[in-house]
Amino acid sequence: MTTKLTIPISEEQIRGLKIGDQVLLNGVIFTGRDAAHKYMSDNFIKGSCPDAEKEMYEILRNGLAGGVIYHCGPVVRKRDDGKYEFVAAGPTTSIREEPYQADVIGHFGLRAVIGKGGMRDKTLAGCQEHGAVYLHAIGGAATLIAESVKEVLNVHKLDFGVPEAFWEIRVEDFPCVVTMDSHGQSLHDKVRADSERKLQAILAG
Amino acid sequence: MQDSTERLVELIKSTSTDLSPDVEQALRDAVAREADDSAAQGALNTIMENVRMSRATARPICQDTGTPIFYVWHPEGFSQRKLAEQIKNALRIATEKAYLRPNAVAALSGQNSGDNSGVDFPTIHFHEWEHDYLKIALMLKGGGCENCGVQYSIPSPELAAGRDLQGVRKAVLTAACQAQGFGCAPGILGVGIGGDRATGVIKAKEQLFRPLTDNNPDPELDAMEKQLHQEINELNIGPMGFGGKTTVLGVKMAELHRLPASFFVSIAYMCWADRRKTMTIKNGNVEITAP
Repeated sequence: MTTKLTIPISEEQIRGLKIGDQVLLNGVIFTGRDAAHKYMSDNFIKGSCPDAEKEMYEILRNGLAGGVIYHCGPVVRKRDDGKYEFVAAGPTTSIREEPYQADVIGHFGLRAVIGKGGMRDKTLAGCQEHGAVYLHAIGGAATLIAESVKEVLNVHKLDFGVPEAFWEIRVEDFPCVVTMDSHGQSLHDKVRADSERKLQAILAG
Repeated sequence: MQDSTERLVELIKSTSTDLSPDVEQALRDAVAREADDSAAQGALNTIMENVRMSRATARPICQDTGTPIFYVWHPEGFSQRKLAEQIKNALRIATEKAYLRPNAVAALSGQNSGDNSGVDFPTIHFHEWEHDYLKIALMLKGGGCENCGVQYSIPSPELAAGRDLQGVRKAVLTAACQAQGFGCAPGILGVGIGGDRATGVIKAKEQLFRPLTDNNPDPELDAMEKQLHQEINELNIGPMGFGGKTTVLGVKMAELHRLPASFFVSIAYMCWADRRKTMTIKNGNVEITAP
């Protein structure tokens, strides 16, 4: 089944999703990957929000409550009118954010994380505790996803580099699949267990 | 020596935005194999649509435009130094045109050079050959799939792998299983059997230039490539790891001499966005084709 989700997303909507559900996401989301997660963890979760970062903290608190982080390092073009445009914007591998993700979900009240490859136990537990899901975008489908990015509203921390900055974007009908739900279920765990069983059978055979 | 910068920009554009027909056909075949309305088939349909859109709009197939890996075959008396400069210029221009993402960062500081230049970045392999024309092959190898490349030393009690082709088979199957969640399946595996730690990996990556439909000239390796292709697909990892019948589009292997004491099995994983193209410049005529 396909569900349309509009940001901000309620906990009730999230609890209604199960692994395998297809989702079309609408609203304003933030990209954030390795540097962004380390930054949020160092400054706001482990750290006590240094003065220089207070403005950024407010932006994230407002933008991420009921919101979504997308693990993505886009190709971006600056247009003649000075506005940015997403050229290619597929997901990056999410597992690198495993040490941070559950804390970021809890701290900012995220309802979903988009990426690829899935995440592990700590994030799955975080999703269950805080009412969030992991949404799998189609890896490599960069042009198609960029088409669903209708507007680049802002960029924060561009000094991290284009791929690593926080890009604040408005998306329409961004296609994803729920692969980790808020009930402790992970499609990745199921496929992994099944494939490892098959591998052992082949190796023994 | 003629300046090839503009032609190199075209090669980069074509490689980044126009998937080769052999890979596209393999993906099309995979759509038909997966169950109707499954997440696996949905993922493949999205991939096919993305390939079409990227080609039509000259936009990168994947936003991770990878490490640019060049192979150059040139006639006698050719300036490698000048071509290397032209390649660097072409990468800078292609980055400005957004055919490439700025993808070279300093290892420790993380500082992005902004133009895809850096220390040993891009990779360029030069070979002199007996012909009177220039051939340049380019592969753009993304980071997600590069991260799940692996090198095993056999014999390995952990893999129950001995120092023979069956041991190689076990190493490749294990690597394919462990790649789930990292590379974007369905991928292609390049395997280097033997060599040292460096040459084995280079050989493995070179296999990824081979057309998916070719046969290995060594009948024993050819049979093993086909067997592994089938066995890996039986793991049911599927496109994007959603479960399904297509986990790899091909397995390509090659053998190197090794030291008596060493037996490495080097495995390079390439994602479905298997971007590689070849350009020949012959008597002023330029042709860009699938490898």
